[in-house]
Amino acid sequence: MSVEARRGGVRKQVALPWNKSIEFAYKSVKTRFGRSMVTAGGVFLGIAFLASVLISKAIAGSNIEPGESARLNWLVGLSLAVCVVGITNAMLMSVTERFREIGTMKCLGALDGFVVRIFMLEAVAMGFMASVMGWTVGTLLMVLTKFLVGVPKNAPLGTVWYGSLDWLDLFGVWPVGSFWFCVILGAGLTALATFIPARQAANIPPAAALRTDV
Amino acid sequence: MTMVQEQSQAQTNGAASVNGEKGAEYVVRAKDVTKVFKMGTEEVHALRGISLDIRRGEYISIMGPSGSGKSTFFNMIGGLDKPNNGSVFINDTDMAQLDAQELAFLRCHTIGYIFQTFNLIPVMTALENVTLPTIFAGMPAEEGTHRAIELLETVGLGHRLHNKPSQLSGGQQQRVAIARSLANRPSIILADEPTGNLDEKTGRAIIELLRELNKKENVTIISATHDHKMLDVSDRIVWIRDGLVDKIQNREDIEIQVGGIEEGH
Ligand SMILES: Nc1ncnc2c1ncn2[C@@H]1O[C@H](COP(=O)(O)OP(=O)(O)O)[C@@H](O)[C@H]1O
Ligand SMILES: [Mg+2]
Repeated sequence: MSVEARRGGVRKQVALPWNKSIEFAYKSVKTRFGRSMVTAGGVFLGIAFLASVLISKAIAGSNIEPGESARLNWLVGLSLAVCVVGITNAMLMSVTERFREIGTMKCLGALDGFVVRIFMLEAVAMGFMASVMGWTVGTLLMVLTKFLVGVPKNAPLGTVWYGSLDWLDLFGVWPVGSFWFCVILGAGLTALATFIPARQAANIPPAAALRTDV
Repeated sequence: MTMVQEQSQAQTNGAASVNGEKGAEYVVRAKDVTKVFKMGTEEVHALRGISLDIRRGEYISIMGPSGSGKSTFFNMIGGLDKPNNGSVFINDTDMAQLDAQELAFLRCHTIGYIFQTFNLIPVMTALENVTLPTIFAGMPAEEGTHRAIELLETVGLGHRLHNKPSQLSGGQQQRVAIARSLANRPSIILADEPTGNLDEKTGRAIIELLRELNKKENVTIISATHDHKMLDVSDRIVWIRDGLVDKIQNREDIEIQVGGIEEGH
């Protein structure tokens, strides 16, 4: 007797196409926008810091002291690491909160892979948005600060801030590179932070849908 | 069972059986199902050997006090958990033979679930909620939406398609959940305490809707409950106590007894 016959017409559940998963993730982030932005708040701040450091280094150009540069890199790295831990924490809480919802999805036919995928896609979308905003705010604030201060008295080696970067550069080549660097890093770190929570979500049994205590 | 009968049944069913001992008229067959939960050193015997055959198109109520094992049994026949011993067949398919993807297929296509807490996806509208199972089933979007609208109209919510669950009353949410459970034309609907979070009147309306759909869509309904309003509509009532079947009553027997039960309640 064939396996097919023995299983009485039961086939293997097929995975959803990517566009459906993206649609789900988009809807979820959109509806919980405020919440998503709080979760991604760490990325926003971390990337804003990174962007401001990048632009201030660009402004200082070759005039920046190597020790100062290394110190800034260290600070940025540390702040991004803190933001990864923060997102993991927020995502773990979100998984706990959505325990029954995920169980229900599984009762309706969702596969583990789908659950992982929507969490990861949500993370990338959130990380992307937060990074775009973080980059914008960080860059503009730093430019504004340098501008208002005029001659940066405390800038390394006493350079005039527009000494090594004119307005053309500012809106030209430099920020574009910094923009993509920040956005890809921000989205990537959010995805990294979400990996463990997403696996945990996928492991929720469908029977979780029956729980009345969460 | 004779050879001839068995052959004809295999034909009508379109699938061969596992062990030759089967019946196409049975949509669920549970045999000596036991389930033990281990909590540290303590063992909870939630099911102690339940056997039950459920006919296609039946409306069955599983009655019993809280903690008697109704939900645990629900999980076993819903493919949500595996028994320690015994076996469960759905449409002559042995659940123990299925891998994770096949179980997901079964949950998606063959079984519809209704929960005490409604369990609609909060970020989705009523229409999106009912369309969801059709998406998992790979139905084309247009067909799925059409099916969902038709079902929402059937449950009396044609005017609430674009409302989110938070904008609906408990009774309305449960109607959406009922529509959702029917989306992929399942052979079985499993309902765990479907009226548990509803008031008397709304609960009755939900029960009547389930009964109506049971007849109209010819879907088997298995509902775990301790709501005595269910007694009126059930074809059979399975009383469970301490993880064992206490007694099984047919509709005819019930009608005589309903008065007595309601007085005692
Ligand atoms: N996941 C579980 N872990 C441990 N014990 C459980 C679990 N699920 C149910 N039980 C126990 O099994 C028994 C039957 O529970 P349940 O099936 O939920 O009853 P009912 O639905 O009839 O109220 C209860 O004693 C309950 O505490
Ligand atoms: Mg229960």
